[in-house]
Amino acid sequence: MTATGANSLRNGPDEQGRFGLYGGRFVAETLMPLILDLEKAYRAAQVDPEFQAEIKHLATHYVGRPSPLYFAERLTDQLGGAKVYFKREELNHTGSHKINNTLGQILLAKRMGKTRIIAETGAGQHGVATATVCAKFDLPCVVFMGATDVERQYPNVLRMKMLGAEVRPVTAGAGTLKDAMNEALRDWVTNVETTYYLIGTAAGPHPYPEMVRNFQSVIGEEIKAQMQAETGRLPDAVVACVGGGSNAIGTFHAFLDDPGVKLYGAEAGGHGIEVENGHAASMTGGRPGVLHGNRTYLLQNADGQILEGHSISAGLDYPGVGPEHSYLHDTKRVTYAPITDNEALDAFQLCTRLEGIIPALESAHGLAHLMKVAPTMSRDETIVLCLSGRGDKDVESVGRYLGMNS
Amino acid sequence: MTTRIPARFQKCAAEGRPALVAYTMAGDPDLATAQAILEALPGAGADIIELGMPFSDPMADGPGVQAAGQRALAAGQTMKKTLAMVEAFRRKDDETPVVLMGYYNPIYIFGVDAFLSAAKAAGVDGLIVVDLPPEEDAELCIPALEAGLNFIRLATPTTDDARLPAVLNNTSGFVYYVSMTGITGASIKNHAAVGEAVTRIKSHTDLPVVVGFGIKTADDAARMGRDSDGIAVGTAICNAVLGSLENGKATAGTVAAVTTLVAGLSSGVKRAKAAA
Repeated sequence: MTATGANSLRNGPDEQGRFGLYGGRFVAETLMPLILDLEKAYRAAQVDPEFQAEIKHLATHYVGRPSPLYFAERLTDQLGGAKVYFKREELNHTGSHKINNTLGQILLAKRMGKTRIIAETGAGQHGVATATVCAKFDLPCVVFMGATDVERQYPNVLRMKMLGAEVRPVTAGAGTLKDAMNEALRDWVTNVETTYYLIGTAAGPHPYPEMVRNFQSVIGEEIKAQMQAETGRLPDAVVACVGGGSNAIGTFHAFLDDPGVKLYGAEAGGHGIEVENGHAASMTGGRPGVLHGNRTYLLQNADGQILEGHSISAGLDYPGVGPEHSYLHDTKRVTYAPITDNEALDAFQLCTRLEGIIPALESAHGLAHLMKVAPTMSRDETIVLCLSGRGDKDVESVGRYLGMNS
Repeated sequence: MTTRIPARFQKCAAEGRPALVAYTMAGDPDLATAQAILEALPGAGADIIELGMPFSDPMADGPGVQAAGQRALAAGQTMKKTLAMVEAFRRKDDETPVVLMGYYNPIYIFGVDAFLSAAKAAGVDGLIVVDLPPEEDAELCIPALEAGLNFIRLATPTTDDARLPAVLNNTSGFVYYVSMTGITGASIKNHAAVGEAVTRIKSHTDLPVVVGFGIKTADDAARMGRDSDGIAVGTAICNAVLGSLENGKATAGTVAAVTTLVAGLSSGVKRAKAAA
């Protein structure tokens, strides 16, 4: 992405892959030569018109881009403040924003001559999006998924299997996204010659955070153009949920240098930020450390051991966050706030009943934060939520929480 | 720079054999037993000791070392206790080199400067930190060298000739050659390739080259020791600890399980001499 000046917030990362203090390349030597190759291949692809044209073509005809911008009229009336818009990423093929990134990376893997794809997944949305492009491009696919997540997101496990992927349940730790990422890294170290690691979030060693952000930046760029067309100006506020933070960084990036646009990231507050190991809000409840190839805010104990964290949402249940978010948190360009499980459940139900849209539990966190902010804004202001995924995968577990299954 | 590491390699070379580098996890299965294991290692034949600093997310380790770290953490191991183990060891043994091995985050959270001065004061000779490649030298490698601690780098099968100088630059003590692309405890598939790689690395450096990952038995030790200045064993030792436990707790046989294994490996490195 081209930056606009020395003071632009869009200049990161630097050559070492740093966003200020955050980011970097904290990986085992075995992986280092590959990561340097990946960066070279990505730089070449960025300036290759054929690569860009192929992404554009697939985005239009395979994913269904641009995704609509939708005025949520009943929700707006209910909240009684700013006009609420949804960026409908949940209408993308496979049901979330994740496909924006997997398409870009699979084309890169092909360019690099890799013959096997691995991925980690939490909610299963990234796993499904990876299995999908692997089916389309005829590459074998192994998805690592925490055993706990396999259980709570079973519909997505079935989708991955039907798409031809092998799903490997990970029982280490709490059996969630962190543990899945550890196993994926161990597989990668072992099969480094043949294998491309298709990371699903804007984290990991450089160049992944930058690359994933760039593939996801189409979200914010479209919002910008669509809001201009709809209202003749930029939105006043933009909200997204943050686990690793790929939909959020893709939503925010286009607006970083527009100080009039307030940016809000909703972290997973779980049982509450005051409950130790009861949430997954790494920025509001953690501190900087090094894990999975980058320095970033992490949930950890006093001795530097990583905590498991908790969220009702499998996609946000990760003790870290993409390094660019850590930087935007420190510079205060983005306001990050925790949303509890219960607040997310309330938002999930309200959206379903008022708008006829079942949001993913991840996106419901963003919505819950929007529900706090919108009423404080005036009626002629606008606020946009990145509705990053659809909630079909969550209906069983939400039904259980609401006691609907009996 | 501490001198125990070069002195020990010279001694082994004078005996015409490779060094046996033994890895044990600090605090596994409990602090007292781990201390007893540490202190028994030199007598059992370990020439150099790698003391593992447990970490919740050891991304380059297989199940054996992962489980050892989990046992240590469950028993309450901390970085402070690990450093205290070295300090206690040094009161009894001022010659056997001790290298701390692990991941960066627990060091970063302890504080790099505080960690380096505490490690130096405790009698640590070097550091192996898996997730700090040369690209991140400014984090810990350079400060460690300035503090007088060796920084031992991992070279791997993916480290080609073009990259090797960058990996060897700022490396001291010895070079740790990872025998395969893989995690600790996996099996070496191509022994001949390991020998060739060690020869290649030795053409770039005067430092001793130690081969690790996948060495489990005295025969492995004898075979891999022929081509290198030392062999490192970790997973097999962690598994020996595991095999001695009852209901997850140390038994009277725990220390002996480790010393018996290490003595066998020691006979292996001595056979490497006979074969050389």
